[in-house]
Amino acid sequence: MSVNAGFAGALPDDGHAGGSSAEGSKVERRPIIRDGAGWDSAAARALERTWSDAPGLLGFLRTNDHKRIGRRFIVTALLFFVAAGVLAAVMRVQLAVPDNHVVGPDLYDQLFTMHGTTMMFVFAVPVMQGLSVYFVPLMVGTRNTAFPRMTQCAYWIYAVGALTFWVAFALNTGADAGWFAYVPLTGPQYGVGHRADLWNNLVNFTEAMGLMVAVDIATVILKMRAPGMSLRRMPLFVWASLVTSVMIIFAMPSVMLAANLVSFDRTFGTHFFNPAEGGDVLLWQHLFWFFGHPEVYFIFIPALGFVSTIIPVFARRPMFGHDAVVMSLIATGFLAFGLWVHHMFATNLPELGKSFFTAMSYMIAIPTAVQIFCWIATLWTGRLNLRVPLLFVLGFFFILVLGGLSGIMVGSVPLDLQVHDTYFVVAHLHYVLIGGAVFPLFGALHYWFPKVTGRMLDERLGRWQFWLFFVGFNVAFFPMHILGLQGMPRRMYTYGAETGWGPLNLVATIGAALIAVSVLLFLINVIRSRLHGARAGDDPWGASTLEWSTRSPPPQYNFVALPVVTSREPLWVPRPSGAPTHVSGLSAEDREGLVTTVLDALPDVRYSYPEPTIWPFVAAWAVWGWLFWSGLSSAGMFWGLIPPALAFIGWYWPSNKETTRQLLLDKRP
Amino acid sequence: MIEALHNVQAPAGPQAEAVYHLWLILLGVCSVVFIGVMAALALAVRRAPRATRDTPPQIELLERREPRVVRGVVIAVAVSGVLLLGLLAASVYTSRALAALPLAEALHIELTAHQWWWEARYDDAEPSRIFVVANELHVPVGRPVVVTLRASDVIHSLWVPSLTGKKDLIPGRTAMIALRADRAGVYRGQCAEFCGYQHAKMALFVIADEPDAWQRWADGQRAPAAAPRTAEEARGRELFETGTCAMCHAVAGTIAGARKAPDLTHVASRSTLAAGAIPNELAARTAWLLDPQAIKPGVRMPATSLSPHDTAAIAAFLGSLR
Repeated sequence: MSVNAGFAGALPDDGHAGGSSAEGSKVERRPIIRDGAGWDSAAARALERTWSDAPGLLGFLRTNDHKRIGRRFIVTALLFFVAAGVLAAVMRVQLAVPDNHVVGPDLYDQLFTMHGTTMMFVFAVPVMQGLSVYFVPLMVGTRNTAFPRMTQCAYWIYAVGALTFWVAFALNTGADAGWFAYVPLTGPQYGVGHRADLWNNLVNFTEAMGLMVAVDIATVILKMRAPGMSLRRMPLFVWASLVTSVMIIFAMPSVMLAANLVSFDRTFGTHFFNPAEGGDVLLWQHLFWFFGHPEVYFIFIPALGFVSTIIPVFARRPMFGHDAVVMSLIATGFLAFGLWVHHMFATNLPELGKSFFTAMSYMIAIPTAVQIFCWIATLWTGRLNLRVPLLFVLGFFFILVLGGLSGIMVGSVPLDLQVHDTYFVVAHLHYVLIGGAVFPLFGALHYWFPKVTGRMLDERLGRWQFWLFFVGFNVAFFPMHILGLQGMPRRMYTYGAETGWGPLNLVATIGAALIAVSVLLFLINVIRSRLHGARAGDDPWGASTLEWSTRSPPPQYNFVALPVVTSREPLWVPRPSGAPTHVSGLSAEDREGLVTTVLDALPDVRYSYPEPTIWPFVAAWAVWGWLFWSGLSSAGMFWGLIPPALAFIGWYWPSNKETTRQLLLDKRP
Repeated sequence: MIEALHNVQAPAGPQAEAVYHLWLILLGVCSVVFIGVMAALALAVRRAPRATRDTPPQIELLERREPRVVRGVVIAVAVSGVLLLGLLAASVYTSRALAALPLAEALHIELTAHQWWWEARYDDAEPSRIFVVANELHVPVGRPVVVTLRASDVIHSLWVPSLTGKKDLIPGRTAMIALRADRAGVYRGQCAEFCGYQHAKMALFVIADEPDAWQRWADGQRAPAAAPRTAEEARGRELFETGTCAMCHAVAGTIAGARKAPDLTHVASRSTLAAGAIPNELAARTAWLLDPQAIKPGVRMPATSLSPHDTAAIAAFLGSLR
């Protein structure tokens, strides 16, 4: 049984649709093939024809398939994760013994800046957004994202932007003022050369990418859920993606603004941050951390979504406290905007105000505590399938709880004044970011790899990877707490033997080596399993969400018919008798989907997804040229606008063919 | 090099001690919470029966309430909330204690951070008694010290872990910090905010002397530079005054009066040079004069084109500035 989304009668042949061109009316006399039948039907073959991309390089550049784009995001981000990890390894070698000379201060400053900037902007946010781009449309049961060309453009902006940043580093123009890029070190007077310009550029590229993807994801979630998937039936990862996307939309403009103000200071000679002319260097810190603290949460919240996805599947029960977890995610999203000053406790801001930020920092621990206890309750009352994804989640508990507790410590104003900008904070932030985001990420990659590739990752290699990572991580980062208390500040390229910091630094370096081996094992596992892994089947984990109802890997059109959802766990709970199973009647010869209402996901209107085109790719390069040029000269800020303008005109140029087709489908163009 | 204390867990004054007590409270509470949560997790994993992918999921739990589990979670969250409130109170109480340091008869120091060294001006009501030192502060034991903080170029941060927490030195803004050393000793400080190439080599030593000893030291610093005793020292002084040194450095009692670089009037009384980068000994001092960039790459001091003979004379002169 199905819900019919098409118009019931025959095609309109009164000429108002087909009459616009002779060719159009000739083709469209025959009935349109509708979707809704099984995998082996004329409809499925028509969908295959409609949705497949052209082969070869052109098809590669033109595609806007959310799965191809999402996969590119994930693969690109993981490559940068490895690259930034190599930089971390070089830093650990330099710090292994006192007065070391492996790298000098100039290179070391670039190393930690490139490491931090790459991990935060080029790895963490894109990999999380890439997973959302790939899985959200599948989990909500639709065929593509809402604005797939925009996400396609976002990917290319990100890819060329990040590549530029790294090519510049290879040419000895790597940013060198830290990932936080405090003025005046990045201002015209102290940030000589073009290193700071490249950092500002990277921020523009990655934030433009982040905003575009966030708008797209939020729209898919709110308007394109399968009929029946009311907000209360929405999977938790989708909730996490929604909260993250809304946060990105509010937080990212702040750092873009700040980076462009620095660009103005550098290129036009404005004085936003020049105290000698009435500017204020603290303005940067407010603008940066107003973005920078929520940034931590748009890495962390999707990871909470992974954990809430993995735990119920491997505990063989629905999530305990589902509604409380949703509320906690939303609360975290709000509270994250009230924490930014806890990065600025050492400045001369009013003391009473700082206490407010301590209170906020403590308050945000409560929604996290709610989730942790709900997860433990789910495990407690569940029956456990102890596979690698769950193993990573258990590791996540240990590390995240420790990092969260050290967060309580650094959230206190007086104690933070002792540990701020020391290795204690280096330890804390790696415990929350690696424990809170990278462990769940590896769990999620093990969990979803079979869906993406159709093959399983090797379990034994996965266990080795987990244990090496878990042990290596704690060996590398736990001693840093003690180093911080012993007075070792961050961002020092070397230290004297008389400080006594040598032995613990050596231990940390050994731990870093274990992490490197673990990541190497993961890469080997991915390549080997991609080629020779066991076949996964549609649903290797016995999971409950919609992405497992289609084939692995999913066809380009995702579902042969859009599913209808009648419960929170659609693949677990049997459908009430008489309830429809799928939507039928959408044109299989066009890229059609369904727009549903925000709260209850009632079918609203049919929607035509855009065809693949090269323009978003062209536009990405044009935007790149503009931003890059404007970072180097003020002329570029004006003349550089011409190519993007042309590219966007090309992108939006209306086509007769498409209009005719839309009219035929009884829709306005 | 100089033996110095720099450890949050070895406080030597009331400010660092108050924070150390807060640290112990937080460490204790957080350790208990960590052990509790991990024990609950371990127990959950231990007691839950094992399953495979084919184990039927307990979908009846979508409908059924689980009152005992709910109670457990609610209690755990409530306990977390109460503990957080308690820790918040402890934190605010410590902030209050830090602000309540009695400042009667405080010593006033104006500290300016430069890339990459510290300049300290000891204030006095009588202008002739004001003196300037670099990278090494002496303070009297038991007497409060109020430090006014400024930066001349980029942001720096003052941190002497055994005495007090950090305070940033921000260009265009003035900050204050109050501290007191209750035990005589040498306390190492360090710039804690990344400030460019030589952020790593920007140490500061705070030496707490008994009041008498401090008084003697301060009087010594107020005096002009000692007169050269040997011919070589005299030649060094002449080279210093007529060469490029005097364009940046000051030595009171000579014609060198520039304020671009550390005041060297009593440089020989300090135990390190270049903000803790090298010990203040003849060999190290000579190497520094010949090629500072080799020791502290990026430092503002240029390499000199002096002959080894002249360098030795200047090193001898600097060594005489007790």
